[in-house]
Amino acid sequence: MADVIYPRLIGARLRSQLSYRASFAMDFVTQVIAQCYELLVILILFTQIHALGGFTKNEVLLMYAFAGTAFGVADLFAGQLDNLPTYIRTGNFDVLLMRPLGTLPQIMCSDIRLRRIGRISGALAVLGYALANVPIGWTPAKVLLVIATPIAGSVIYGAVWVVACSICFWIVDGREFANAVTYGSNAFTSYPINVYSRPLRWFMAFVVPGAFVAYYPSLALLGKQDPLGLPGWVGWTSPLVAALAAGVAGLVWRFAVRHYRGTGS
Amino acid sequence: MIEVRELRREFKIATSKGLRRNYKTVTAVDGVTFDVAAGEAVGYVGPNGAGKSTTIKMLTGILVPTSGDIRVSGVDPSKQRRDLAKRIGVVFGQRSQLWWDLPLKDSFDLLKSIYRVSSQDYRTRLDECVELLGLEETLLTPVRQLSLGQRMRGEITAALLHAPELLVLDEPTIGLDLESKERLREFLKDINTRRGTTLLLTTHDLDDIERLCPRLMVIDHGRVLADGPLDELRAEVTPDRELVIDLREPGPAPDVPGVTAVRSEANGLRHHLTFRRAETTAAQLITQVVRQVEVHDLAVVEPEIDDVIRKLYQRQVAQDAHR
Repeated sequence: MADVIYPRLIGARLRSQLSYRASFAMDFVTQVIAQCYELLVILILFTQIHALGGFTKNEVLLMYAFAGTAFGVADLFAGQLDNLPTYIRTGNFDVLLMRPLGTLPQIMCSDIRLRRIGRISGALAVLGYALANVPIGWTPAKVLLVIATPIAGSVIYGAVWVVACSICFWIVDGREFANAVTYGSNAFTSYPINVYSRPLRWFMAFVVPGAFVAYYPSLALLGKQDPLGLPGWVGWTSPLVAALAAGVAGLVWRFAVRHYRGTGS
Repeated sequence: MIEVRELRREFKIATSKGLRRNYKTVTAVDGVTFDVAAGEAVGYVGPNGAGKSTTIKMLTGILVPTSGDIRVSGVDPSKQRRDLAKRIGVVFGQRSQLWWDLPLKDSFDLLKSIYRVSSQDYRTRLDECVELLGLEETLLTPVRQLSLGQRMRGEITAALLHAPELLVLDEPTIGLDLESKERLREFLKDINTRRGTTLLLTTHDLDDIERLCPRLMVIDHGRVLADGPLDELRAEVTPDRELVIDLREPGPAPDVPGVTAVRSEANGLRHHLTFRRAETTAAQLITQVVRQVEVHDLAVVEPEIDDVIRKLYQRQVAQDAHR
């Protein structure tokens, strides 16, 4: 049924991109470099200090890598929502509404940027390195946690993206705001959250459930106590939080599209 | 096929005065009522900002009406958008539903999956469109490299692959050269008469109406000014027809009762006469004219649709002033 069409839409998108090979290769390399810069910041930071919020370099790298992978995957599927203002302004959003498919999956599948895989591969490499260099008492459950965390994380980021971009249905130039929330939460989740001030921590951990992308799962994986006092099982709840976030995002999107159809452009 | 009752659509428009923002309500569609039966071809015309596009957007489920009822193909467009999408085809002259960077054929293949068209149906429908529209040579060309005419033919094919009962076209011939326009019109006429596909089209090109649409609806300021067969509207608002005669020798215009000589050209070689279509037939008039003068050539000129529409606006304005 509908599951047949979306892979085809993605395939079409990929073929379109390969019709511009040179710019694709350039973008890919740029993305890998961008990812390395962020990594460099952490590495330089740790030449000056030994621990950040009670976490060692490799532990911070683990969080950074979880966040980076999740953000990369979310960016791949939901990053194109940044183009929503263009869709609205040019009337192409109307074309999406003319088809017997949901608008959100159409945008997600129709505008995928392969170069973003550059970012994901960089983050995955760091994840491999960090996992090999932090002390983890491996159990089958923890293996599962390592696999589930980036998936749940991407869903959480994706949901944040959808909610943040929905603002563009009201304010056509809402992209700056949306980016502040999406890219901002990536920067936030790459570090242990206990290094932030309390209000920011609360906002970013529970309103935008960013702390569930990397911080809490990493604690559970490392078997560490939360310096902020939340119980250990919290680190295992990311998939639930992700499901909840996706549900909320779906509702917000529906509400936003209803608003669009009610006002037009 | 289409039932519209008391359709209204308002927009709030922000007007800024200094830092204060005020909202002004503008009524784009103001109590429109009409029916379109299956198999009809209806032209929906009016000046820019008359409410045409807003009506089209409500009929296709893109916009939700402020009030009023719409049924299209038995479905409420604002509530069952996806159901409706499977039953109707929509072509916007000014935007594309094709995949810009891919060969034209790829767009058709994708739409086949989106609308779940069986391979057999897809083949027959595509072959038919490709043949009638002459698309064979463009199928493997990326859409971005197509000419506007080729692209529009592609758009129309794309809208017909799922064999919709109703095809809505918003300015399908805009920007096309004469030959491309003619080709599109011929094709649309064909699917309307042969396949029975209902057509609703907006246009600024009145030749589209003349060639395609037995029925014309005129809208302005959100209201339907006139609705009926083109010939009837013409007879109603422009009761005069014109006879142009070329004489063998320059001379005065023939004097026939009930006929007004409007002007003469070329030192009296050519005369323009108007007569009431209700009172005289062209044949009667011609017989009387050739009795009086020696005629070299003659032609009966019908008023252009532009004139018809202009007269309709004037009549409406006069009525509004009267009220």
